[in-house]
Amino acid sequence: MCGGSTGLKNAKQQHNAMEPILEVKTLTMDFGGLRALDSLDLAVYQNEIVALIGPNGAGKTTFFNCITGLFPPTKGEMLIAPPGKKPTKLNGLKPNIVTANGLARTFQNIRLFPNMTVLENVMIGRHCRLSSGILGAAFRNRATVLEEEKVVEESYAMLKKIGLDAFVNDFAKNLPYGAQRRLEIARAMATDPFLLLLDEPAAGMNLQETRELDELIVRIRDEEGISILLIEHDMKLVMSLSDRIFVVDYGKKIAQGTPAEIQNNPAVIKAYLGEEIDA
Amino acid sequence: MEYFLELFLSGLIRGSIYALIALGYTMVYGIIELINFAHGEIYMIGAFTALIVASVLTMLGWNQIAIILLASVVAVIYSSAYGYTVEKIAYQPLRGAPRLSALISAIGMSLFLQNYVLLAQTSDFMPFPSLIPEFKFMESYEHIISSPEIVILATTTLVMIFLAFLIKFTRMGKAMRATAQDREMAMLVGVDVDRIISFTFIIGSATAALGGVLIASHIGQINFYIGFLAGIKAFVAAVLGGIGSIPGAVVGSLVLGWTESFFTGYVSSDYEDVFAFLFLVFILIFRPSGIMGRAETEKV
Repeated sequence: MCGGSTGLKNAKQQHNAMEPILEVKTLTMDFGGLRALDSLDLAVYQNEIVALIGPNGAGKTTFFNCITGLFPPTKGEMLIAPPGKKPTKLNGLKPNIVTANGLARTFQNIRLFPNMTVLENVMIGRHCRLSSGILGAAFRNRATVLEEEKVVEESYAMLKKIGLDAFVNDFAKNLPYGAQRRLEIARAMATDPFLLLLDEPAAGMNLQETRELDELIVRIRDEEGISILLIEHDMKLVMSLSDRIFVVDYGKKIAQGTPAEIQNNPAVIKAYLGEEIDA
Repeated sequence: MEYFLELFLSGLIRGSIYALIALGYTMVYGIIELINFAHGEIYMIGAFTALIVASVLTMLGWNQIAIILLASVVAVIYSSAYGYTVEKIAYQPLRGAPRLSALISAIGMSLFLQNYVLLAQTSDFMPFPSLIPEFKFMESYEHIISSPEIVILATTTLVMIFLAFLIKFTRMGKAMRATAQDREMAMLVGVDVDRIISFTFIIGSATAALGGVLIASHIGQINFYIGFLAGIKAFVAAVLGGIGSIPGAVVGSLVLGWTESFFTGYVSSDYEDVFAFLFLVFILIFRPSGIMGRAETEKV
């Protein structure tokens, strides 16, 4: 498998020179009395593949929901700095504005638009980059028609890149499982993100599909220049793919570092396997 | 046979008018799962707007075609503004609230608009000019179908084709479908859901207003209460067809139109509404998701 080491070197060199593209400071999220996230700090740099791991219920998906604007965090600051643009605060932005700012995500359980075709699913991703509105729809002026043609072309190109061009006109709900997962990625990429958030992209995939996913993610980073933050339980995938890993448990960050560092970290082993009890 | 054809056509026309109103119900339900009880009132406001515009223009001595076109356009714009505002005032603040709250807010809006028009106008029936002209070429078919009826049929068909096109092919239509299927996900792929909801209310109100103008000029009188029964009938039609489904709203409206027309024609006209609602009861017992509605599949 590929990935890992060169990206790591790039990322390390850049760390000193560059600001992070996503920076989260002391992020806290309370649901009533339950503290789902507890002063979490995290940063992602350009061209990195970063993994967020932790036991079930550790708060990983909550973290994604906070940065994508679905949950308003109780405390903390979330900043993005798209390459070549000024930093923006994410706090308080609506999800569609977060997406327009260049963050895109996929879900743990597949959430395609089931009764739309594969092509339409991707075209919806282009929605926020387009401008034609009510009047364009009613009067079909030239700009609208041209724009619609361009969207079809771009979306088709995207499907080709992800390897889904054979399914263009099928309903999303009729695709095989692995293809649905890839379509989610294609739809997210159609929004033109600089950072892609993947929530357990390999969940439910077989070995072959996981291997293809691994290659796809590296390709997205290398060819499209999109950085990646992923939640994943498949440790083999995480270790081969990630430049850096963050480990959370009970909403707290318990470790961060390279795959090699994480593998031998006693706190991580404890979180996953439980404490040894001397009898 | 002639009698049958007459009933068939009258049912078709009734049905297509119900469809103009039912489309608004079903589109709004499809997107935010709210029964917009104020929808019938939007239709009524459309009819009143057209009456006012038509009265003024008649006094100014405009010709009939110009009057109906301008009256319709003004009614459509004015009602759309009402639909948009109702959503912003009464529904949007309740977006996160339980569905019952929004439903009660809708009933409140409906009563408010009825009484507002009652106070601003009058409780009496007001004569509505028959705006739709009698065409020369229709004279030989007059005993089967009248000119206004042809106009109603043609307008309804055009509106439906336009809507189908809008929803199937345009950018806004795709965003509407995406919002209907998964609102949260639509937001996350960058769709401004609030805007799409406003857009849906505008389109629904516009078609309802068009229905209001057509029926009012066909029947010849309006008052503040016409929105209530029309709204209930269109709601029945939308449920019959499967609420949330756009082709369903059209099919449900036609079925309801024909049911009413045939029962009143062959049985008794006193029981027109009884048949309509009896039919609804049977549909709900034997096919609760409606004619075109898909049964909810439980997710495992």
